Amino acid sequence: MRVLGLDIGSRSVDAVWVEDGRIVDWAVADSGFDPGSAAAVFVDRGAHDAIVSTGYGRHGARERFGGTAVTEITAYGVGAARLFPHASSVLDIGGQDTKVISLGPGGKVTDFEMNDKCAAGTGKFLEVMARALGFTLEEMAEQGIAASTGVSISSMCTVFAESEVTGLVHRGEDRSRIARGLHESIAKRTLGSLKRVRAQGPLVFAGGVAKNPAMVALISEGFAGEVLVPAEAQIVGAYGAALSFER
Amino acid sequence: MSDQPVDYHPMWAELGLDLPMHDALLEAVGGMYGATFMSQTNRPEGMGYLDFVMSEVHGLRIKELHDFRKAGGKVVGTYCLYVPEELIRAAGAWSVGICAGAEWAYDEVEQILPRNTCALIKSMVGFKLGKVCPYLEEADLLIGETTCDGKKKAYEELGKLQNLHVLELPQMKREKDLAFWRSELVDLVATLEELTGKKVTAESLKVAIKEVNDKRRALQRVNAARAADPAPISGLDSLLAVQVAFYDDVPRFTQMMNALADELEKRAADGVGAAAKGAKRVLITGTPMALPNWKLHELVEKAGGVVVGEEMCTGSRYYEKLVDEDATTIDEMLDGIAAKYLDINCACFTPNEGRIDDVIRMAKELGADGVIDYSLQFCGLYEIESTSVDAAVREADLPVLKITTDYSAEDVGQLATRIEAFLEML
Ligand code: SF4
Ligand code: SF4
Repeated sequence: MRVLGLDIGSRSVDAVWVEDGRIVDWAVADSGFDPGSAAAVFVDRGAHDAIVSTGYGRHGARERFGGTAVTEITAYGVGAARLFPHASSVLDIGGQDTKVISLGPGGKVTDFEMNDKCAAGTGKFLEVMARALGFTLEEMAEQGIAASTGVSISSMCTVFAESEVTGLVHRGEDRSRIARGLHESIAKRTLGSLKRVRAQGPLVFAGGVAKNPAMVALISEGFAGEVLVPAEAQIVGAYGAALSFER
Repeated sequence: MSDQPVDYHPMWAELGLDLPMHDALLEAVGGMYGATFMSQTNRPEGMGYLDFVMSEVHGLRIKELHDFRKAGGKVVGTYCLYVPEELIRAAGAWSVGICAGAEWAYDEVEQILPRNTCALIKSMVGFKLGKVCPYLEEADLLIGETTCDGKKKAYEELGKLQNLHVLELPQMKREKDLAFWRSELVDLVATLEELTGKKVTAESLKVAIKEVNDKRRALQRVNAARAADPAPISGLDSLLAVQVAFYDDVPRFTQMMNALADELEKRAADGVGAAAKGAKRVLITGTPMALPNWKLHELVEKAGGVVVGEEMCTGSRYYEKLVDEDATTIDEMLDGIAAKYLDINCACFTPNEGRIDDVIRMAKELGADGVIDYSLQFCGLYEIESTSVDAAVREADLPVLKITTDYSAEDVGQLATRIEAFLEML
C-alpha cells in the first residue's frame, strides 16, 4: 500500500510517497498560480494507491483527486511525532504561516496556535526583508549569525518593517545588525506562541524556515528544551498527511 | 395561507424603514438562511415552524406587533438577558429582543462609535441608523442596562433617537446589590405602567411568570435531548430556537417547542440523529450570538462536528433558571424575579465563578468532547474571562479552542482550519 501525502501550501506543493510508514520518494514544486495543477503532476505519476491532502488547498485537492483531507495541524503533529517519537511539540514556520503544536503521549495534538492571517514572522517576511537589505536569504542568515548584537525592529508587519529597515539602511545602520535584529524579532514572537500553548521540549522545528541557520540558532537559544530539525524540514506536513491514512 | 405572498411594503413604509436597504437586508438574510439551514440533512420535522417564522421574520410577526399596537398595545424592545420579560408582560406589553447580529451601516456607526467597538454594539446602533429593523421601529420603549461599558455609552447615543429606559445593573452579587437591583425593577414597573396605562397586579404578574417559565421549560426539554448520541437536532437549529424565543409570541412558541421536544425525545429514543453517531461534540461558551449570527455553529457543523450546547445568553443562560412560582404577593414575586435575574452568570459581574461551574457541568451533562470559548472581538469582559474559564476547562480534562471573531466573513477560511484541526484532535 503506497500512500501519497500532498501538502498544498500557498508557496509550495510538497509530495511524499509512503509505504509501511517509510518515505519511498518525495518531491517539491512551486505552487505558482495554480497549486492544483502543480499537485496534479505528482498525482499523474500514478505511483500511489491512496491520497491524503493537507495544507490550505486540501479541500480543493480532495475534490479534484479524491482521497481524504486532514488539517496541517494534524499532519505536522503526526509527521513530527513519527520522525522523533519523543517529541513534545512542533514549530512550523512556512512561507506564509506559522503554527505551534503541543503534543501529548503518542503524538496526539493537545493544543495549537496558528497564524495565517498575515505574513508577519514567516518565510515571506524574511524574503521581503532580505531584499530590502540587498542580501540573499542565505547571506542574511549568515550575517545575522555573525553579528553579535541586533538592532531592535519595532514592527512585525511586513509592510511597516520593510520601510523601517529601509530607513535604518539609509541612516547608515550596520546591515548585519539589522539582519540579526530581524531574526531576533521573529524568534521572540515565535517563542511567545510556544509559551502560550505550553510547549515542552523536545521541539521539532519544521517548515521552510527551519532551513535558516540563524532562526534555528535563535530558537534553540531561547527555547527551554531541546530543538530538533528534521533533515527535510519542508516535507513533514506531507509525510504526516500520508501517515494519517492509517489512522 | 394564500399562494400569493403578502406585500408588506406598505407596512414597512409606515414604519419609516429605508425600503431599498431593507429589501437588500431581507434578501441577504434569506440567502444566508437558505444556505445555512436548508442545506442541513435529517432535520426534525418540528423545525418547519422555525423555518416558517424565519421566512416571516419581518412579515407576519411584524404584522402581529403592528396590529397589537393599533389596538392600543405597547411593544418594548430589549437588548440583554437581564431585562425581565415577566414585568413587561405583566404590564400588558409585549417584549421583543432586538437582534444586532449582522454588520449594518458601519460607515455611519463609525461616525458615532470607535471602530474597535464590539460587533454587537455596532450592529445595535447600525440597525437604528440604517432604518432597517422593523422591531426597533415598532418598539414604543427600549430598555437598556449598564452591563458593559460599550453598551452603556452606546445607549446614550441610542437614547437620542428613541425612547429609552436604562436599568442600572450591579456588578457584584452581594445582598446589598440584590436589594439595589430589586429597587431598579420597582422603578421599571412604574415606567412600564406609565407606558401602557395598566397596573402590574399580582394576578397579571403570576400569569406572566408562569408563561415565561413555561417557555424556558420547553427550551430546557429541547436542549436536554441534545445529550443523546447521535444528537437528534443540530446545534444550528437549537441555536435558532433560542434566537427566535426572544421575539416570538410566547404561548405559541412554547407550544411549538414542546412539540419539537416531543419529537426530539422520540428521535433520541429511536437513535435517530441530525448528526452522525460518534460525531465530535462541542460545547460553546461565550458572548451571545444574536440573529442572524450563525457563523461559528455553521463552521463547526460543516466540518463534521455537532454543537451540543451553548453556555451563553442565546443558550443555557436564557432558559436554565426559572422564577419562583410559589409567590403570592407582588412583593414576593419581585423578590423572586430580582433573585433569578441577578443569578445569571454574565462576565459583567465580578467575580463570575458560577459561569465556570456551568460550563463544566454542561460539558459533562451533554457529553461534550471539547469546548469552544467564543468571544466577539473587542469584548474586554469575555476575552479576559477566557483566561480563567479556559484554565478551568483544561483542568477538567477537556480540550478548549479559543476563538475571537466578529460578524464579517473575512476570517472564515482561517477559522475553518482551526476548527477542523480542533475536531481532529478531539
Ligand atoms: S452577555 Fe451579559 S451583557 Fe450581554 S446580553 Fe448577556 S447578560 Fe447581557
Ligand atoms: S459582547 Fe461584550 S462588549 Fe459586546 S455588548 Fe456584550 S458584553 Fe458588551
